[in-house]
Amino acid sequence: MKITSEEVRHVATLARLDLAQDEQERLAGELDRILEYMDKLNELDTDGVEPLSHAVDVVNVLRPDRVVNQPRTDALLRNAPARDDDFLRVPKIIE
Amino acid sequence: MTTDPCFLGIHELHDRLRRREMSAVELTEALFQRIDATDDAIRAYLAICREQALEAARRADARLAAGEVSSKLLGIPVALKDVLLTDGVTTTCASRILDGFTPPYDGTAVRRLKDAGAVPLGKTNMDEFAMGSSTENSGYAITRNPWNLDHVPGGSSGGSAAAVAAGQCIAALGTDTGGSIRQPASFCGIVGLKPTYGRVSRYGVVAYASSLDQVGPMTRDVTDCALMLQAIAGHDPADSTSVDVPVPDYAAALTGDVKGMRIGVPIEFFATGLQPEVEQAVRQGIRELEKAGAVVTDVSLPRNDYAVAAYYIIAAAEASSNLARYDGMRYGPRAEAGDLTATYMKSRAQGFGKEVKRRIMLGTYVLSAGYYDAYYLKAQKVRTLLKQDMESALSGCDAIVAPTCPTTAFKLDEMTQDPLQMYLSDILTISVNLAGLPALSVPCGFDDAGLPIGMQIIGKHFDEATVLRLGYAYEQATEWYTRRPAV
Repeated sequence: MKITSEEVRHVATLARLDLAQDEQERLAGELDRILEYMDKLNELDTDGVEPLSHAVDVVNVLRPDRVVNQPRTDALLRNAPARDDDFLRVPKIIE
Repeated sequence: MTTDPCFLGIHELHDRLRRREMSAVELTEALFQRIDATDDAIRAYLAICREQALEAARRADARLAAGEVSSKLLGIPVALKDVLLTDGVTTTCASRILDGFTPPYDGTAVRRLKDAGAVPLGKTNMDEFAMGSSTENSGYAITRNPWNLDHVPGGSSGGSAAAVAAGQCIAALGTDTGGSIRQPASFCGIVGLKPTYGRVSRYGVVAYASSLDQVGPMTRDVTDCALMLQAIAGHDPADSTSVDVPVPDYAAALTGDVKGMRIGVPIEFFATGLQPEVEQAVRQGIRELEKAGAVVTDVSLPRNDYAVAAYYIIAAAEASSNLARYDGMRYGPRAEAGDLTATYMKSRAQGFGKEVKRRIMLGTYVLSAGYYDAYYLKAQKVRTLLKQDMESALSGCDAIVAPTCPTTAFKLDEMTQDPLQMYLSDILTISVNLAGLPALSVPCGFDDAGLPIGMQIIGKHFDEATVLRLGYAYEQATEWYTRRPAV
């Protein structure tokens, strides 16, 4: 077993996913099989190999801190699931 | 040769529009008629923007009437994958978690098409958040392959591919993270190009795996592909990963002459698991290029077998991070539950589909404490090796030619029960994304069941011109690209 049901529950909490019991069980089986396949990578010797996070060489890209777009508050807020005037309504975050 | 305007190329339509033999409004209406007649069966589109399209067509007609002829895309109706943000037009990424989301701005690729005078007809179906190879992971609809409605169109840009193949648009945009332009292009018998990473801006493209995602054209021939790429390519200050290198004249690369060009055939791509008709068609395609004067040599990609594992770790990791933003607070439906965390968890559980949850879980796992080095870091190191293999193979030739996919389009539901099997079908496309290279899929034949086969041409970084030149020469030597589905 690469991944236990308990680990699946833990990862689901980290990922903020409220998974039903049957979903957890199905995922445990699927992830187990996928992770077992991923172990194939251990056949390759990667000692001394640099990790690659990007296909093209990138350096920091800087620009002047200048506003170039027009605020479109209403267009943005029209997508909000809950709105109060020009504000988003969200659940209470401070006790 | 067809005279139905819905199946003409950009270059042919441009001449008609320029000579005022047809107006952009008439052309746009013809496309909407075609969509109305065929899309109940195909379901390529998630949203149609009739009013905006006709308005854009009227503006194009005004520009044409004023004598403007510089833009070949002026008045050309296009379809946009629903991962691309469109000002005032619903963009959902085929996910319920973005149900009804209406962006307040255009992504750069969309903006550039609009500036060139193209007429967006609507948004096309896809696998949710571009995660999938069949478009069956859409939260809204199942898209069918125009060549055979019992088969998938491929994915994740399946709606764009089906729309182009069925004459429901003249050209389309897709995105390709692990093959999502090339594989559906292959399955639907059209041309699809994944540009070099950094060639086209990702600004306004909903992120799946940011180090791999790239926007590209899907068209019925290579000439149209070059014209579409011309319009969207180039540096964009709004995307820090777009690269500031000159954009050549792509149409000028379509000379038809490939004499002396060296093409590499990767032996591993033909080694195992190819459908016999696919192997036969691609080998025949390579012989055509040889007949046209190209020099064929064997090349090796010895570690390609590890690409699927490396890709699905890296892509899932990036996805789990990118998709953290969907929390039911600023957009999309919110599922209220006790406290804030419970509301996040319920909103996400209800909003995401099966495959997206699977990849978020996988990505979260490989990034979590205790597993990061074993999976994520290991995959990044393997990515270095895979990129080295690609570069070394390309050092001895101008381009690599191979099948796009091991098989033709599979049946609906054939792969849905086995996610790993579905992942493994990407084996011939994903190394290109890991290495950031450009690659084209061109139609190169049909299998015994009448389903299209695609041939992949992989080039060096920022050398889309060579890839298009080879694709064009091949296309001119064959007739495959002129075939149309009966739908």
